[in-house]
Amino acid sequence: MGKTIVEKIFESHLVDKPYKGINILKLDRVFCHEITTPIAISDLIAKGKDRVFDPDKIKAVIDHVTPAKDSKTALQGKIMREWARRQGIKDFFDIGQNGVCHALFPEKGFVMPGHTIIMGDSHTCTHGAFGAFAAGVGTTDLEVGILKGVCAFKDALTIKIELKGKFAKGVFAKDAILHVIRELSVNGATNRVIEFTGDAVRHMSMEERMTICNMAVEAGATSGICAPDMVTMDYLWKFIKDDYKSKQEALEKFSEFCPDEDAEYVDHFIFDVSELEPLVTQGYKPDNVIEISRIEETKVDQVYIGSCTNGRIEDLRIAAQILENKHIADSVRAIVSPATPEIFNKALQEGLIKIFMDAGFCVTNPTCGACLGMSNGVLAPDEVAAATTNRNFFGRMGKGGMVHLMSPASAAATSIAGKIANSELFENKGA
Amino acid sequence: MKEFKGKVLFLDKSDINTDEIIPAKYLTENTKEALKPYLMEDLKLNGFSPENDIENNSIVITRANFGCGSSREHAPWALEVNGYNVVIAQSFARIFQQNMFNCGMAAIELPQKTIDHLFDTYLSKETIVEVDIKNCIILIEADGKKEEIGFEISEFDQELIFAGGWVEYADKNY
Repeated sequence: MGKTIVEKIFESHLVDKPYKGINILKLDRVFCHEITTPIAISDLIAKGKDRVFDPDKIKAVIDHVTPAKDSKTALQGKIMREWARRQGIKDFFDIGQNGVCHALFPEKGFVMPGHTIIMGDSHTCTHGAFGAFAAGVGTTDLEVGILKGVCAFKDALTIKIELKGKFAKGVFAKDAILHVIRELSVNGATNRVIEFTGDAVRHMSMEERMTICNMAVEAGATSGICAPDMVTMDYLWKFIKDDYKSKQEALEKFSEFCPDEDAEYVDHFIFDVSELEPLVTQGYKPDNVIEISRIEETKVDQVYIGSCTNGRIEDLRIAAQILENKHIADSVRAIVSPATPEIFNKALQEGLIKIFMDAGFCVTNPTCGACLGMSNGVLAPDEVAAATTNRNFFGRMGKGGMVHLMSPASAAATSIAGKIANSELFENKGA
Repeated sequence: MKEFKGKVLFLDKSDINTDEIIPAKYLTENTKEALKPYLMEDLKLNGFSPENDIENNSIVITRANFGCGSSREHAPWALEVNGYNVVIAQSFARIFQQNMFNCGMAAIELPQKTIDHLFDTYLSKETIVEVDIKNCIILIEADGKKEEIGFEISEFDQELIFAGGWVEYADKNY
């Protein structure tokens, strides 16, 4: 019988099967940030086990609250910084070099097809875009990962989601994943991996694949995953060009992590993306998704463009395209956070930052920022935000606030209108 | 091993997320103890008040997909430092459930019918639950009457609880 991508990755990384259905996997990467790692570090110190399994396989960043906003977050940064130095972790990204982990680490070439990756962050599933098994874990799993380089996972059952067709103008990967979550519900993929496939996925850039894999966890999934292909090789080539004669040769090697034709899936969905309109969430659950055209009059107080879902260069380009020579509504405040310094630099060079600023946006440094209401851009009670982020939980961006999730194009259009709006890119056939 | 006995806090809602269990703004705390005052501060649930309902109870019974959202282990920790070592639910989000076992705590799943029965029978009563991890039995006591309900748990998760958590288990085995 054939195997799925994840079954192949599990098989090649298996250390132990202590019980039926439990797989102890060897880890290729342990990613760390300053919110979930310091308590693991402190616990290791307290237990007299202040060691790491392999400093080259651990990558660390300060991204959630940066620059530090108070003494507590300064201490979290300090614990990370001193630990990285003490343990010889060379790939530690501190202020000036830091950015949102799930944008930064792929950009540095740390994620390869076939990798096993854990991080104390639920959106670690983003890295599945490269054909890796990447799972968010808690601090205890992270602690054992740091110390031993292993993590336990249940058997990897996979749901195949085929995205076919061509997006209408003004409809994006974000709309596709919101649709998938609406169809699956917030626990439709719990303890499952979602494999994204189909011609719409094959035509997506790596940035777009990261957007869809990023939100797999909002349907409960352990990881999103896309089979490696030439698009993956194009992205990775600068990191692997010394190891292979050609991209073709690299792809042949990495194709060992492509699914077999007769692989078994626990479920199979086919969605035609050409039928989609731009979408938005309402309420406090990410599966509560409707067409933007149905809540267009909803006023917003704040627009936020950024995060590990949609803070990449393509997202900024699309938003800037809509904002060029326009201004945000008087009633709105708008914030954009380029996800990494490299993205920020590109946006500067391409004139995007000027477009955002001329439109009335506040441009912040690369950070998780307003997405989870623990540093900047916090909402006041009863305020409404339109955001390109991934969670609309009650209080997510600030106590008593409401978040509507949408694509960068829709968020840019919303900032101009002052209320939830479709972008001019989208031609509403129904209207 | 931790203690798995106490008075029940019923949370009659599905999809209670980790932001509701412990809001992100408290993730700047560097100790588990510091999370104690904030457990379920943002939980939107009719009739629930964190000030009155958290103290004096130590076991949660709730509906489906408890603990969805973030990977923050601060969610089980916030429960733990308030004396809660057990959550019984129809289902859990993967990371939350693993975090519970990894901390040597218990996240017990029961079929929807059984959860419905527990809510129907005990919601308005002072209810005491004791979970026997080894024999997979939940003992429920209210109004002087007792009831026993069986449950399923993987051998691995049982071992994690017996070991006191994944750090201790992994240390012995890997």
